[in-house]
Amino acid sequence: MHQVIQAVILGLLIGGVYALMASGLTLVFGIMRVINVAQGALVILAAYLSYALFSHAHVDPFLSVLIVTPAMFVLGVLVQIVFVRSLRGDDAEELSLLVTWALALGIEGVLSVIFKTTYRATSPSYADKTLTVFGYQVQFVRLMAFVGSAALLLVLSLLLTRTKFGRAVRATVQNPTAATLLGVDANRVQTLSFGLGVSMAAAAGAVYGVIYPFNPGSHYDLISRLLSIVVLGGLGSLGGAVVAALVMGVTEAVVAVEWQPTWASFSYFIVLIVVLLIRPQGIFGVRERAL
Amino acid sequence: MTRNGLLRGGAFVAAGIAFPLLFNAAWLVNIGILTLMYAALAVSWNLFSGFTGYITLGQVAFFGLGAYSLGITFEHFGIGSGYNPFYVLPIVGACVAFASLPVAWIALRTRAMTFAIVTLTLLFIVQQLAFNLHSLTHGSSGLMLPTPTTFGVDNYDRPFYYAMLGLVLLALLICWGILRSKLGLMLLSIREDEEKARGLGIRVTGTKLVAWWLHVFVTAMVGGVWAYYLTFIYPESSVDPLVMIGAVLMTFLGGRGTLWGPVVGALVLVPAQQYMLIHLGGSQLYLVGYAAVFMVVLLVLPRGIIPSIRDGVVRTRERQRTRGGAAKAAV
Repeated sequence: MHQVIQAVILGLLIGGVYALMASGLTLVFGIMRVINVAQGALVILAAYLSYALFSHAHVDPFLSVLIVTPAMFVLGVLVQIVFVRSLRGDDAEELSLLVTWALALGIEGVLSVIFKTTYRATSPSYADKTLTVFGYQVQFVRLMAFVGSAALLLVLSLLLTRTKFGRAVRATVQNPTAATLLGVDANRVQTLSFGLGVSMAAAAGAVYGVIYPFNPGSHYDLISRLLSIVVLGGLGSLGGAVVAALVMGVTEAVVAVEWQPTWASFSYFIVLIVVLLIRPQGIFGVRERAL
Repeated sequence: MTRNGLLRGGAFVAAGIAFPLLFNAAWLVNIGILTLMYAALAVSWNLFSGFTGYITLGQVAFFGLGAYSLGITFEHFGIGSGYNPFYVLPIVGACVAFASLPVAWIALRTRAMTFAIVTLTLLFIVQQLAFNLHSLTHGSSGLMLPTPTTFGVDNYDRPFYYAMLGLVLLALLICWGILRSKLGLMLLSIREDEEKARGLGIRVTGTKLVAWWLHVFVTAMVGGVWAYYLTFIYPESSVDPLVMIGAVLMTFLGGRGTLWGPVVGALVLVPAQQYMLIHLGGSQLYLVGYAAVFMVVLLVLPRGIIPSIRDGVVRTRERQRTRGGAAKAAV
């Protein structure tokens, strides 16, 4: 029992970080019906940026979030303007899936040219510190990562519910045409939210490098998780993504402890398939109508 | 079959058969095999995704399943060597296709984007299985297939080349048959408006599953030939996202929903890919180059070569007709 609770704690902590990554993905989908397959690659890119800042300028990885996130926001805005906005026509959604996949390949290629394919890890002095709470081991960096992710998710939800920009975003999600008629600049909303989605990946990525070792190819593993999370939660649902990410984190951790670590990520796919069997639209999803 | 279609098909078959007889060099035949492999994958991807409008990103999972099925059959049933494994292929393909139906049924309950994502996770599931089912697949250390010794050294590649060619032709024949049949009409109506198609009494799920079965059937056989050709497979190489994206890219370049589009795409891209692989070295800059080509195709030619040419021809004809009409009116 002790082991299981320990695993649940670990799973929740990791799930929080995945929730942050997935929130950007599902936000972008909700607003412009674009699945950003490059989200995983952008996480890895941020992890490398933060790694470079740490190893060359000795910037603490948690502080580097403040540098990496704005930089990646700008990158996200540029990507949206150059690659995503120019897609038109009936199947712009499907094309965007492939364009962002190409972007992911490009990022992977550039990273492997610069950093080679050996695994890296950002290891600050406190990387191995653990706290003991009621007899349960909690790694300090994971706790920090969870708290930081939760804080950013809170900021994001405040931004969406309390500001004028947030209202414009939610209006665009509900009905793009009506929002445009009411004076919302759809292009601006789309570009800024794509940037926002990428900066969520960036913030999570800077922290990811402290928790896990990574190489340029790690983005495949990440994106397969992130996509399953957003589908499980229901495409476009922010709350769904958070819940699904926590479910995934806990399932993986418990299976790893109780059964075998090699089957951990597989168990999550089973959960996904079972959920889709019962609810094809995901846990919190709205049923998609035929296009 | 129209006369033009017959000519096109005949020319393709003749060129396909003649190629390894004219060019003996092993590296050229090797590129030929790869080109045909991608052509077969792209044609069968098009068979499902091009005709139904449901984009699958999990095709390569069944390529891997086909490869592993053949490898495992070798190990446990001793299907002999030489040409024998080729005869087992249709059984392997059919078994993989039937086994994939339940998963396809679940995935097809979702729509458009969700379907694409679910199939993509399928790719990762199969890769995980290949890693984890150690007793069957030997995990990351890979699976050895016996090297066929009866093919001789000089023209070792030829049987594989012709096997791939046969699979391309099979895939093309299936597509051609579908395009002329009621099944094709049903698939196209699903692509245009699924709800209306259902309203007209078309069994949409059953129709989609037939197309799915056919595309997996061909894909798994291609995987089998590929495994026998390389005689060594491991999880990353047999379920490779790059192969998946390659087949999709070729179909997009050539033209989705057309008969010859995917073949044209493969004929253009595979040699280009091999060239980049040789000249940009390793898989590092090569990836960047590949991504760049991909971007250009999607942003500049999103409809593909064949539809663009067809539009061009129609436009020129119309212009000539109106010009002729205008000249007559002036007289």
